[in-house]
Amino acid sequence: MLAQQGDFASHLEHLASVGAVGTEVREPADLNDLDGLILPGGESTTISKGLERDDLAERVIEFGREGRPILGTCAGMILLARDHLGLLDISVKRNAFGRQRASFEEELEIPAVAPGNSFPCIFIRAPWVEQSGPEVEVLGELDGHPIAVRQGSILALSFHPELSDDDRVHGAFASECREARSSGDR
Amino acid sequence: MAERGTFRVKTGLAEMLKGGVIMDVVDAEQARIAEEAGACAVMALERVPADIRRDGGVARMSNPAMIRGIQEAVSIPVMAKARIGHIAEAQVLESLDVDFIDESEVLTPADEANHIDKFEFEIPFVCGATDLGEALRRIGEGAAMIRSKGEAGTGNIVEAVRHMREITGGIRRLGTLSATELPSAAKDLGAPLEIVREVATSGWLPVPLFCAGGIATPADAALMMQLGAEGNFVGSGIFKSEDPERRARAIVEATTHFADPERVAAASEALGDAMTGIEMSALGDDGRLAERGW
Repeated sequence: MLAQQGDFASHLEHLASVGAVGTEVREPADLNDLDGLILPGGESTTISKGLERDDLAERVIEFGREGRPILGTCAGMILLARDHLGLLDISVKRNAFGRQRASFEEELEIPAVAPGNSFPCIFIRAPWVEQSGPEVEVLGELDGHPIAVRQGSILALSFHPELSDDDRVHGAFASECREARSSGDR
Repeated sequence: MAERGTFRVKTGLAEMLKGGVIMDVVDAEQARIAEEAGACAVMALERVPADIRRDGGVARMSNPAMIRGIQEAVSIPVMAKARIGHIAEAQVLESLDVDFIDESEVLTPADEANHIDKFEFEIPFVCGATDLGEALRRIGEGAAMIRSKGEAGTGNIVEAVRHMREITGGIRRLGTLSATELPSAAKDLGAPLEIVREVATSGWLPVPLFCAGGIATPADAALMMQLGAEGNFVGSGIFKSEDPERRARAIVEATTHFADPERVAAASEALGDAMTGIEMSALGDDGRLAERGW
């Protein structure tokens, strides 16, 4: 769990409730032995500067290229895009829906992210995906704009599952991490 | 159907600011410096608290043109202050699309009895508190974030420490009470019973708790995080110091790495002079901003 800045504590609570052990990552050594990484919601500018300051950017890129699962929510999506870490072949529009007054919550059907019932999606000054490369799979859209995308083992969401009471996204991510560990050579 | 301005959407932005530093800025240039240093938001105001103290007179909401200039200069959230109880100032700030309103004791109060009904607004509010009862009253009025009041513009952390300890100690005390004792505790706190019950059960406020009022050094920032703050507001401490750019960056670093003394030490080197600061006894009774609001 990247803990430079943002709502990482909410992610950790969700991980705990799905039976996964989460630890805070603030420096490169904290990444050792992790099965997966979450880039939380927060201020992407602040987190991005923190990643550079703490020599974490390169390490996170390596982590993703090794095929270890990564989940990015909101600011996390921005950080995964081409302009920052470049782990996802997407360009994003920041604050795409507007400033805080335009922030909203909405129940959306995104079966590939949360099978079954609709998911309570909370959008806070949220980004959307403006353009994506051929290897990127769009899992969910809102008003014609992608808000959930996957490329290999990396999943990015415009909204904040960690702010909802629904554990399905974290449950699926924890399972993916367990599978990646048992199938990998780590 | 999309719903705006719900409590979850309001506290959601407060959640996003956690672990970060919100910096007071008086113009677009300072806002850019703050963003470049890693601030997670800026507070747009005409004078930092240290200057409000020095100049005296009535301190009011900032000029809308200045707020717009700052909104155009940075992409991080922009907050602005309204006077306690000044509904119309808050409406103006909402119409300007600021991201967060601080109903602040740093400005001259407009209403001596009533705070703003914050449920009436779509954008979130942060309010200051000196103890748990005050924090819960503000939450009962719809605040989406609480900050310690501290004593703004003094560069002296002592009052923020007192307020943070009052709030977190109050939360711990509630946790020791039985269900039958909570109504009486709510009466003593002067706070809504429903929220008192929620805090007693969860062991924390239903909204994020930040520190404000007196942070001047990286170590101050680390101290407040260790005492339970989930993020820091820094007002005069940055732009009243010798080298605002470096100090801003250092306070951001110390807020992230608050539990690592070596990182706080490294961040504290070669910063130039901090703001001079004021001893509390030199303020006199009239000089205490924290006593505004109830």
